[in-house]
Amino acid sequence: MAKTYLSYNNIHSNLGFNSETVVENISKGLSGLDRYEDASLLPGPFCASLISSEKIEDEFNKIGDASKFTKLEQMMILSLKKVVDPSNIPLNEKVGLIISTTKGNIDVLEKESEFPKNRAYLSELGKIIQNFFGFKNESIVLSNACVSGVMAISVAKRFISEGKYDNVFIASGDLVTKFILSGFNSFQALSAEPCKPYDKYRVGINLGEVSASVLVTSSKEGLPAEAVEILGDASRNDANHISGPSRTGEGLFRSVKAALNEANITSAEIDYISAHGTATPFNDEMEAIAFSRLGMELVPLNSLKGFFGHTLGASGLLETIVGMHSMEKNILFSSKGFTELGVSKHINIIKGNTPKMLKVFLKTASGFGGCNTAVIFKKTTTNQP
Amino acid sequence: MTKTFHIKSYSHIKNQTVSVNGQAIFRDENEDFPLFIKNAYKFLKTDYPKFFKMDNLSKLAFLAADVLLKNENLNEEENNIALIFSNKASSLDTDRKHQAAIENEAEYFPSPAVFVYTLPNICLGEISIKHRLYSENSFFIFDRFNAEHLQLYTNSLLQSGKAEKVLCGWVDFDDNSYEAFLYLVENVGKIEHNTEEITRLYNIL
Repeated sequence: MAKTYLSYNNIHSNLGFNSETVVENISKGLSGLDRYEDASLLPGPFCASLISSEKIEDEFNKIGDASKFTKLEQMMILSLKKVVDPSNIPLNEKVGLIISTTKGNIDVLEKESEFPKNRAYLSELGKIIQNFFGFKNESIVLSNACVSGVMAISVAKRFISEGKYDNVFIASGDLVTKFILSGFNSFQALSAEPCKPYDKYRVGINLGEVSASVLVTSSKEGLPAEAVEILGDASRNDANHISGPSRTGEGLFRSVKAALNEANITSAEIDYISAHGTATPFNDEMEAIAFSRLGMELVPLNSLKGFFGHTLGASGLLETIVGMHSMEKNILFSSKGFTELGVSKHINIIKGNTPKMLKVFLKTASGFGGCNTAVIFKKTTTNQP
Repeated sequence: MTKTFHIKSYSHIKNQTVSVNGQAIFRDENEDFPLFIKNAYKFLKTDYPKFFKMDNLSKLAFLAADVLLKNENLNEEENNIALIFSNKASSLDTDRKHQAAIENEAEYFPSPAVFVYTLPNICLGEISIKHRLYSENSFFIFDRFNAEHLQLYTNSLLQSGKAEKVLCGWVDFDDNSYEAFLYLVENVGKIEHNTEEITRLYNIL
């Protein structure tokens, strides 16, 4: 089967508008999370990572007319452009486009929105991004809750393996809106303070907004230093509950097993786990149980939610990109917000940035609907620390 | 080696009718979807109380899947049937309900029971729970029914052994207009699994 690689990549977040700057800020321990009191978003105070609309517009006006595009469209186009441009690939019929989002332009449903309501259809978002760049193929929109961003990598790999495409661009993004905040708040899942994944005193999640993009390619030529090969991938449902994770971590356990099986490696060969770690009591506990069942108690693990919050449909891709850079630098980044283990099984949470020779990492995500996705990546270069 | 796969069975729910393999098994005069689907549920002796908690999209997807999967003699413990669903309106029907509940400060009542359904893939979770499917689930959004995409993705899952069978298709709910078309793909069956046949079955009713 054809090998597939993650190549050029970009992150647009309030920690920076390119992957290098964002990763540099993570290595310094800077978080994009802030406390807000904004009744137009949520009646009470909340903690989130938001990107200034003005900053996005200023950037966007350099490449187009910002007034014609929603904030999310601007973010996603800006991010994707920084992947499309350096890739220098003719956008012909062998190039695919995957859009990963949970809620897309959901904010156009608000009374105050200046945009037509039909902009809330995710296929419209897909068309706008596709047309901005002139992709020949219709965009494929994936909306599979919080695993969308990692699952998009699986989907790209599978279409390349089927010979449909040689190259696939993935653009992911979601906004922090009144819609999303009110919903998570109704679940009493939000923390008003910066989140603490896996910590004894964790109380809930923070939401965040980013756009993240990557090129998935079958070509080994011209890969950037942080490029990785996709070794294996799998998704499994918990078949248990639509809004709560399985108490045995069944779906996550099975998805990691299946991904290891395809990668043809054992769990001992995983150098690092970039986990989901939303900082809700149930999610983190479920993950600890699954990793313990997998015999991965000692593998260094972090959640990046303490830097970005939960960025929904972008989170899996965002965190994969950070993982690629982490491997290239041979540094395990600190799991921000963690002090004392607060899950029932021992897992090896990364406390403080740690140099380590890294070759293979596992990215996992879990979401509403009982979905779980695991993808395993291998470094393509052999740089030493 | 490239294997070939087959469509074993298929279902439609549209125009107040539930059909299996092109044959109507339930028809109702009710143009109102909630009433129609409730009557279909009763007629089909579904007996699954969780059904009444579901939103419109999940009810539609759940029944369209149930009429096929209940004939499959499924294992009570677990089954490896992937679910590859698609539609145009995502979960917009329920999204609009959640938005209406938060629009005004005076009547601000977001409900977790509504909010959880503001994701299209929740219906995949509902089907997985009922039929013990610890398997691949993906939800895609397209402007219109996209046989080529479903065919390719399904083939990839079956070819690579990631799933034993795939239940796939289209489940769309938007402003009381609804349409479901699901089909089960596996090794054996009378209908070849290719885009022409998928399109033919989609349009058969």
